[in-house]
Amino acid sequence: MPSKTLYEKIWDSHLVHQEPGKPAIIYIDRHLIHEGTSPQAFAGLKAEGRKVRRPDLTFAVMDHSVPTKDRLLPIVDTDARLQFEALEKNCRETGVRLFDMNSKNQGIVHVIGPELGITQPGCTIVCGDSHTSTHGAFGTLAFGIGTSEVEHVLATQCLVQAKSKTLHLLVHGKRPKGVTAKDIILAIIGKIGIGGGTGHVAEYGGQAIRELSMEGRMTVCNMTIEGGARAGMVAPDETTFAYLDGRPFVPRGKEFLAAVERWKQLHSDENAKFDMTVELHAEQIAPQVTWGTNPGMVTSVNARVPDPHDFKDPNDQKATESALKYMGLKPGTPITDINVDRVFIGSCTNSRLDDLRAAAHLVAGKHVAKSIKQALIVPGSRGIKAAAEKEGLDKIFTEAGFEWRDAGCSMCIGMNADVLPPHERSASTSNRNFEGRQGRDSRTHLVSPVMAAAAALAGHFVDVREFDVAHVE
Amino acid sequence: MKPFITHMGIVQPIDRVNVDTDQMVPKQFLKALTREGFGRILFYDWRYIQPGEKPNPEFVLNFPRYKGASVLLTRANFGCGSSREHAPWAIGDYGFRVILAPSYADIFYNNCFKNGILPAELSGAQIEELFQRTEKEEGYSLSVDLPNQTVRDNQGLEYKFEIAPARKEVLLKGLDDIGTTLQHAAAIDAYEKGHTATATMYDPVDVKYYSNGR
Repeated sequence: MPSKTLYEKIWDSHLVHQEPGKPAIIYIDRHLIHEGTSPQAFAGLKAEGRKVRRPDLTFAVMDHSVPTKDRLLPIVDTDARLQFEALEKNCRETGVRLFDMNSKNQGIVHVIGPELGITQPGCTIVCGDSHTSTHGAFGTLAFGIGTSEVEHVLATQCLVQAKSKTLHLLVHGKRPKGVTAKDIILAIIGKIGIGGGTGHVAEYGGQAIRELSMEGRMTVCNMTIEGGARAGMVAPDETTFAYLDGRPFVPRGKEFLAAVERWKQLHSDENAKFDMTVELHAEQIAPQVTWGTNPGMVTSVNARVPDPHDFKDPNDQKATESALKYMGLKPGTPITDINVDRVFIGSCTNSRLDDLRAAAHLVAGKHVAKSIKQALIVPGSRGIKAAAEKEGLDKIFTEAGFEWRDAGCSMCIGMNADVLPPHERSASTSNRNFEGRQGRDSRTHLVSPVMAAAAALAGHFVDVREFDVAHVE
Repeated sequence: MKPFITHMGIVQPIDRVNVDTDQMVPKQFLKALTREGFGRILFYDWRYIQPGEKPNPEFVLNFPRYKGASVLLTRANFGCGSSREHAPWAIGDYGFRVILAPSYADIFYNNCFKNGILPAELSGAQIEELFQRTEKEEGYSLSVDLPNQTVRDNQGLEYKFEIAPARKEVLLKGLDDIGTTLQHAAAIDAYEKGHTATATMYDPVDVKYYSNGR
């Protein structure tokens, strides 16, 4: 049998139909939907008189626009309210399970999928959201799709896809203290560039990846799309199986053991060929901070804001100039001299229990700097929120001057009331620092949860390796 | 979907690499329930000065010389970031039918074909030449011929572009993907029967997890 990559194995096992020289029809095992990108898909379905083929494989959640303050208050944003109502109605009419904003399992779609065990190794998972790549941490083939494709999956439980190229991303060696999964993925994007993985599906490997918890692997896979690759995956191992055991939608008892046997086959064969390989060494990675207007514009915390003339390509020079102007930064400024106005710890990248624990450990008994206007903690799900409260993390945060909020996408995308005001600067654990991402004219710096927590205490970026940091993901 | 065969139109340059979909349609417009009317808000934050939504005279889309443009000329990795299909909806509704760039982000590229927009790929040098010609001549126009895979101007320039045959067919015929896939319903049924381990959901009966009455 020829050697295959993990991607090729999952691809082959999901082929429904293929004609030579044409894209394949592949089967989709799990379809996740949310209020933002689904209403037009349901409307299209209805207009054509089509049905949802597999409501039992489809899960809906409200996350993008949900308020993170009191959920019992009426929704004042009319457009958001209408979208919530549309999702509720569409799910009721089609039999799709919905975690609405008052469900105790509500949360960010890419957080609750794994948390509830909906996400399982060897599956194909799609969602009308680019950060669907997150689920690849379990050895699934998971990627974001547009609304027309959401409609296609609702109607057929399949997608028409051309096979991608494969990219092997290896991170060798041991991760230093204070360097997290977020720093690894930011360093990768800094190296390959934001279009570096276009046309590819990435598979991560190497000691530093193997040693990550599931939470850490999810952070890495989550931001794979920021390097241009639609999907990123990690082959499942004991860490994966231990995480999944006992989760609500995961089979139990004998069925679980049989599933584990199946899942153990999900790895790239020894001699499998990748179209491209990129290698990094974890020892050389420092905590990362973005300085520009895309996630590839990133550097080490102990470095300086670059000069446009550092770049050879005139397009890069122009992009750097424009980014520095937008960010209000001067070339040569030490990263640690950059003051921040607000801190956001949350998003599908970094809002899981491990992230909150690491940040809480750092701020316990200390207080947010006086210059900080707001420091938000937004757990990725209500399940995580409850677990964190059981450990007393909420108290640690509120005593340190943070606001403890309800679960949702929140300030990562600013579709609810959690918006970064114009010209204000954030230290944010989210995934995108595009112009206007967190609010019109706002300035985002992407960092890890411990880096964000440290910036909240100091009022500016600091090298978290100088703090007493737990060895965190 | 409206088929795409040939198109001729004024070229609109946007001289920037890595234009992300957040710029095309900012977050506040993702709360819509329909696909219509996004042209007005295309490149919203670059295009308008607030308060009052006044056209920003410094943004190239507002230059009178590009009024009525329908061919969008831009740089590498166009459409990166969010999967929001609102981006190609806005581009199409504004009046663009063709995009010319050296490369596109995967999800955006895919979304264009669902909306009858041709994202044609030319080399960096060809794109640079088109930028220069667009700058030099007011009203610079290009003819795009999908069956022959060419881009031409009226001064003898002709570039050939590559496109996967299946993608080409979708645009030429204005195909409805869903209808095509449903023709394979029997194959889908058979697949589901043969792959119960992944194509079924283990459903916990002991807990009520949903808020919609199950």
